[in-house]
Amino acid sequence: MSDGGVNQSRRYFLTAATAAVGAVGAAAVAVPFVKSWTPSAKAKAAGAPVKFDLSKLEPGQITTVEWRGKPVYVLRRTPAVLEDIKAQEDKLKDPESAGSIQPDYAKGPFRSIKDEFLITVGLCTHLGCAPKYRPEAGSITPDWRGGFFCPCHGSMFDLAGRVYKSVPAPTNLEIPPHFYESDSVIVIGLDGGAA
Amino acid sequence: MIKLLVGLRDWVDARLPIMRAWDTHMGKYYAPKNFNFWYFFGVLSLFVLVNQLLTGIWLTMSYVPSAEAAFASVEYIMRDVEMGWLIRYLHSTGASAFFAVVYLHMFRGLMYGSYKKPRELVWIFGMLIYLALMAEGFLGYVLPWGQMSYWGAQVIVSLFGAIPVIGPDLEQWVRGDYLISGITLNRFFALHVVAVPIILLALVVLHLLALHEVGSNNPDGIEIKKNKDANGIPKDGIAFHPYYTVHDIVGVVVFLFVFCAIVFFAPEMGGYFIEYANFEEANALKTPDHIAPVWYYTPFYAMLRATTLEWFGLSSKFWGFVVMGGAVAIFFVLPWIDRSPVKSWRYKGLATKIAIPVFAVVFLILGYLGAIPAEGTFLGMERKAAAQYLTIVYFAFFFLMPIYTSLESTKPVPERVTMR
Repeated sequence: MSDGGVNQSRRYFLTAATAAVGAVGAAAVAVPFVKSWTPSAKAKAAGAPVKFDLSKLEPGQITTVEWRGKPVYVLRRTPAVLEDIKAQEDKLKDPESAGSIQPDYAKGPFRSIKDEFLITVGLCTHLGCAPKYRPEAGSITPDWRGGFFCPCHGSMFDLAGRVYKSVPAPTNLEIPPHFYESDSVIVIGLDGGAA
Repeated sequence: MIKLLVGLRDWVDARLPIMRAWDTHMGKYYAPKNFNFWYFFGVLSLFVLVNQLLTGIWLTMSYVPSAEAAFASVEYIMRDVEMGWLIRYLHSTGASAFFAVVYLHMFRGLMYGSYKKPRELVWIFGMLIYLALMAEGFLGYVLPWGQMSYWGAQVIVSLFGAIPVIGPDLEQWVRGDYLISGITLNRFFALHVVAVPIILLALVVLHLLALHEVGSNNPDGIEIKKNKDANGIPKDGIAFHPYYTVHDIVGVVVFLFVFCAIVFFAPEMGGYFIEYANFEEANALKTPDHIAPVWYYTPFYAMLRATTLEWFGLSSKFWGFVVMGGAVAIFFVLPWIDRSPVKSWRYKGLATKIAIPVFAVVFLILGYLGAIPAEGTFLGMERKAAAQYLTIVYFAFFFLMPIYTSLESTKPVPERVTMR
């Protein structure tokens, strides 16, 4: 135990204790650097709700509204399209939208408040590209019935934003919170109650 | 005058071992005398690294890292800054050239077993350089803030979101915003010009120090240190300086012919070095019709895109991330999965001689598939299915390596290197 009066076990304890305290200190120093990468106050502040007048859309027409810097698709669906949406469910990954993101009031097969209007975030749930609106039957695959097609990795969604099977996207397109301010004006970014 | 300089040299040497360093790494570093064509690419990688550092520093003098001004500042460099177009094209072409020489350098290692004992650490540092280079290339491609910059960043950063539990928070942390924005651009600039280059340089130093400790491999895979003359100099070795320094200048000149031809006549390389969509400013609302990464990432991108597995209830997005990451990471274990008693494929068996060219071709085809749109056919096959099969072959090359390298019969390795 004694190497010329050196107490090895005490020396070892002091070294270990110093190293442990030092490690805690280093971890504490890392906090501001890690924190600094989270969204700033400015980034958090941007993101007000936006309004859109649905009467501007013809049946079958789509438009893109910007909300929080993201594209939000607003599509006016024809009755034929709505019939078709119901007929396709066996080909879908999540037809009930159980594992997908949408407000409770947009849970049905059409994923909207009013069946006619689909309001969905236009970012693929795979890796965030903007899927394209491809209404023409047969344009993507021979049995294509119209929907959204992501050019990046080939994910396919029906006209309710529901994802088809065996494509990379895991879930249906996200439906943002929205409500009808009047018969034809929607507010994207807020639930009805908060208006 | 000479006396004065010698005096100065000796004064420094007494305080800093410059003579010893020179001898260790140049004057008395004995490299095998049978280096062939494939041994130019290490030196060329260093040469391109210097080009990237120099042109990169000059580019930062005129570039503005903000969402509002980045795109315009690149056009300013191209049109208004004296010789700005040349500096930028040297940098953008240099990026592609860097990957080209590094891929050939890695392929050399694969053929001649340069990763095998005692060069495992050289290989690992090399792989870390490759990883840092991939990060550096990605970060740099975001800076011009064109459409491909933006959507490329969107796709790659979204990959972090595929990690279970922490994914979405991690993704937001990397972006610093709820979507790719000027905030992301700013930090990518800092990483691209400061953080990653420092890491890259440190790794290059470690790669070379480790190499010079164990000595270079050669096309025969013979350890030249096992056969030394009376003075302790390997009989098959030759001093790096002046022999290989002068020899490599020839390689650099030939490389520069090709490199300059591209810089001056085809800097965009038909959309493969600088993609056409990147001449349009970033637009968060519209993805370009066809999005593909730059050519040096496309083999891995093809594998990401081809993954539609949903094992264990985890999403195909997650498995795509795993497959892509695994395709890169698997190179790290090469030194331990190659069980052959010999290094170079010259003395390995038929299985290796078939496996390596097949792997190279598969890698190239995957690269091609990753560069073209996902839908459509390839040689009469659905492209997705083709990419899936090739992904399996890609991984089979590694997973089966312990088997075929230990079963195949090898040829005896000669005592001394051969000059062919």
